[in-house]
This record gives sequence, structure tokens and C-alpha cells, in this order.
Amino acid sequence: MAIARAKIKSAGAAKSPLLSAAMFTPAVLYILLIVGGPFLLAIFYAFSDARIGNAEMHFVGLENFRSILQSPSFRVAIRNSFIFTIFSQIVVIIGSNILAIALEKTFRGRGLLRFLILLPWVAPIALGAIGWKWILDSIYSVITWVLVALHIYKPYNAPMWLGEPHLAIASVLLVHSWRLMPFSTVILLAGRTAIPKDIPEAAAVDGAGFWRTQLQIMIPMMRPIISVAVLFGLIFTFTDMTVVYILTAGGPFDSTQTLPSLAFATGIQGSDLAAGAAISLFLVPLLVILAYFMLRVAHRAEVS
Amino acid sequence: MYLQFSRRLFGKAVHVLVLGTFTILLAFPFYWMFITSFKQNLDLYTMENNPFIFNARPTLEHVRFLFAETRFVRWLGNTALVGIVVVAITLLLAVPAAYALARLAGRWGERLGIAIFLTYLVPPTLLFIPLSRVVASLGLQDSLWALILVYPSFTVPFSIWLLMGFFKSIPRELEDAAMVDGLTRFGAFIKMVIPISVSGILTVVIFTFTLVTQEFVYALTFISSESNQMIGVGIPIFLVRGDVYFWGSLMAACLVASLPIAFLYNLFLDRFIAGFTVGAVK
Repeated sequence: MAIARAKIKSAGAAKSPLLSAAMFTPAVLYILLIVGGPFLLAIFYAFSDARIGNAEMHFVGLENFRSILQSPSFRVAIRNSFIFTIFSQIVVIIGSNILAIALEKTFRGRGLLRFLILLPWVAPIALGAIGWKWILDSIYSVITWVLVALHIYKPYNAPMWLGEPHLAIASVLLVHSWRLMPFSTVILLAGRTAIPKDIPEAAAVDGAGFWRTQLQIMIPMMRPIISVAVLFGLIFTFTDMTVVYILTAGGPFDSTQTLPSLAFATGIQGSDLAAGAAISLFLVPLLVILAYFMLRVAHRAEVS
Repeated sequence: MYLQFSRRLFGKAVHVLVLGTFTILLAFPFYWMFITSFKQNLDLYTMENNPFIFNARPTLEHVRFLFAETRFVRWLGNTALVGIVVVAITLLLAVPAAYALARLAGRWGERLGIAIFLTYLVPPTLLFIPLSRVVASLGLQDSLWALILVYPSFTVPFSIWLLMGFFKSIPRELEDAAMVDGLTRFGAFIKMVIPISVSGILTVVIFTFTLVTQEFVYALTFISSESNQMIGVGIPIFLVRGDVYFWGSLMAACLVASLPIAFLYNLFLDRFIAGFTVGAVK
């Protein structure tokens, strides 16, 4: 039966290869042109001296990479990219596991609560970030107001959240975590609801308490789905420039610059397309690694 | 008995506490946008006032300013226009491609589908520099057409992926029956498959539209004039004049633009998540 079915399937596939190709070729061509083409161009530019407003360009070998690697801003940017990505994901994965457990039960008002919790992810991030810019304002920050009201700081003597390098880094980290927490939560929630209810129940009958059930049964069972949430989270944070650009524009003194925001500052605002392209290429190695792990997760799910 | 009762009460208290804390932390910026939008300037900028409440009468002045004296409405229109055109292009490219890869191409159709999905992971921040030159050489600088050309690069891959999953869940017998009745394969696709796939297609429409409204990097790079902006860049960059922030109208703009998008996204969220989780949920 299964063999007969497989035969019909392959016959059906073989019957219309032309139609099939005609249906997917436009999409594939478009993607090759608009994603593949520019990607190759980025590599090409990185070895050239392309500038905005100058049609000519020449091959300059590794010159761009040499000057980038010597620039202190670049070293700060690469360090920040990793700090923001890794630490925000640690915050997100701990927070979203807790939140997913709390949201699993049904209760009254759950729909509204879910909507409120999801806002940071579903609202445009540029707008969420400008909201945070106001919350972290140098004079009228509500956080400062609370700290002054609690007598932790004297008025007019409070820290400038976005104006001092360490605090600015912490602020960007906070906004990234804030943004991705809901995304990770809903993915984990989907993973939880897919686990049959009798598994945690059986564990409870066997005398396992809440923590043991969560840590030794639920979380190990959710490993593939947790990896999916983490992989997407890493990619979204590592490649994002919106949060940094709006909150600090890379400042103060380039201290919050990341690879994407430095690529923008150099390549577009500074007109040095070649150096900008070279900086953004440093995103590729990590993206390749993350894509590899994502394929492994997908493949394992396919096999099981 | 008593112990069990108090333990359950404790559990409930922890539950409420956890949910309450997270909700406040996550939703607070939106409460902040709301209260800022309706406060009088004097109230906003008096540091002795308790900022969490209205210390003076609420005002609609910021909202009026936003709609009457800025290009906000224009930006909403630009965003809607680009959104609609990109949705149309995405459907034209993604629906047939997803069907072909899900149904007709067999095992390597699946592989090609995964390859297309991986292109979704190539970020705008890697492509915007070369694309800026491509856009310039096409004469599309500062034109909404630049965005219409480029945006499908991130909406098409994910839409194909979502739709492949959807088409696979439709029983094969349906098309077989239609083809026995004399329809061609393509006819069966148009007349049988598309009508029963309306909800999957609608998911793609909403997803594409929200992605367009959330985009920032390309709009920032390609569009320079104030009147051609999308909301995502217009609000945070162009509502600020020099170093002066009009926080009231700025927050009103954020709120007005985010809530409908958030609401739409929320309605279809479970399906987007099904797309993200690939096959890791069984």
C-alpha cells in the first residue's frame, strides 16, 4: 500500500515538471536577483574602493579589511554585537520559560493579557524603541523620577541612561530583551501545548514536584523548540540595527555601535560603501553557523 | 487539608505575581505612550509632578498637532500603499511557488523550500549597502518604488514557507478528483486549491503587511525626503526637529501606528508561529 502510494506520488510529480518549474521559477529568480545578487555585490564591494557619488571603483584587495581591523570603533562594534546578542538571549530564555509556564493555564482575561504581553514583538520596533527613548530621557526619564522619589538619587544628579557608555549598553540590552521576550514566549508556549498532558500528570502521580517536573521532564522534552526560539532570537538581535540606531545612534563616542549600525554609519552616512560592505560581511560567519544549527533542528524533526 | 489549601493559595499568588510583573514590564512603554499622548506640555515637563497620572486636565492638542501639522497622515498613506502593492507581488510570486514545491516537485521540492526559507535569514543589514547602489542606478532613490522592489525579498521566502505547510495539509484526493472531472493540474490549482486556501492566503497577506510596516533599515537608507517616508522611519526620525523632541505628538504617533498593526498580528499569531517552529513541534 505504502509503496503503491509512493509510486502514484512520484508519477504525479514526474507528470508535470514543466508546470511545476513555471510556477516556482519567478519566485526563485526574484530571490536570486534581490538577495543573491546584492550578497555577491557586497563581497565585491568589500574588496574595492566604492564610494557614494563616485561611479568608478578599483580592486584594492584586503585594504578595507586591514583598515577596519585596526579601527577601535570596529572592535567595540564586534564586541557589542556579541554582548547584546548573547546577554539578551540569556535574559529572554530564562524569562520566557517562566512566562510560558505562567501562561499555559487557562484563566479569565488570558486573551487580553496575551495581547499586552505580545505588544513589544508585534508593534513596529522602531516605534517601541522611540517609546524607550522617552522613558530613558536624560531629564524627564520616569525611571529617574522613581529613583529620585525613593531618595536613591538627588534631583538633577541622576545618571544619564543613554549618555554614559555602560548605562547605554545596558539600556540597549534591556530593549533587545524586552522586544524578543514575547516572541520566545509564544514559541515555547506552542511547544508546551504540544506535549501530551498525561506526561506531566504521570510525573506528578509518581511524586515529582513542580520543579522536578519542569526541569527534568518538560524542559528536556522541549529542547528542539527551545533551540528554535534561541536561534531566531540570536539572528534577530545580531542583525538588528534599529534599536541601537534609534536609542543612541551608536553613541556616546561609538560605545554602543554594533556591526550593522557601524556598517550604516560608515557605508551610508560616511559614503564609504566599500568599508561599510566589508563591516557587514562580518555578520556572515555567525549567520552561517546559526543556519547550520537551524537545518539540524529541522532535519531532526523531520526524521522523528 | 489546611496545608493543601494554603499551598494552593500560595501557588495562585505566585502565578498572579509572575504574570503581573511580566505584563507590567512588557506593556509599560505602551502605557507610557498613552499617558504622554494626552498630557499637557506643562504637566509633561514639570519635574515635580507624579509622571504616572494626569496632574492637569488631559488634552487632545498633541493628537491634533500630529494629524494637522505633520506629515503623519501622508506616512500612513505611503505605508498602506507600499503594503498593498508588496502584498500583491508576494501573493503572485509565493502562492504558485509554494504549491509547486509542496505538491509537484517531490523530495527536492522540499529541499528547495528549505533553501528559500534560509534566504529569509539573510538580513537587510547585510544587503542594504549594495542595494543602495542598485536602487540609485535604477533611478529609484527617494521613491516608494525602491521599497516595493526590495521588500518582497523578505516577504516572499517566509510566505512560501508558510504556504507550503498549508498546501501539504490539503488532501491530494481533492485535486485528483478535480482532474478526473476534466480539469488540468493548473485548473485544479486555480479552481479547487486556491478557494479552500483562503485562510492560508489571508495569513500571508497579514504577515506581509505587518512586515512592511515594521521595516526600518531599507526605508532609512533609500528614502530621504520627508513626504516619501514610511511610518517606521518618519515617526522616529522626521517628527524630531533638530534636537527638539515633541514627545506628546511623537508618542501619540507611536500609539496610533502600533496598535492596529499589533492587533492584526495578534489575530494570526498562532499561524506565524507554526511557520517559525518549522517542524520542531510534534
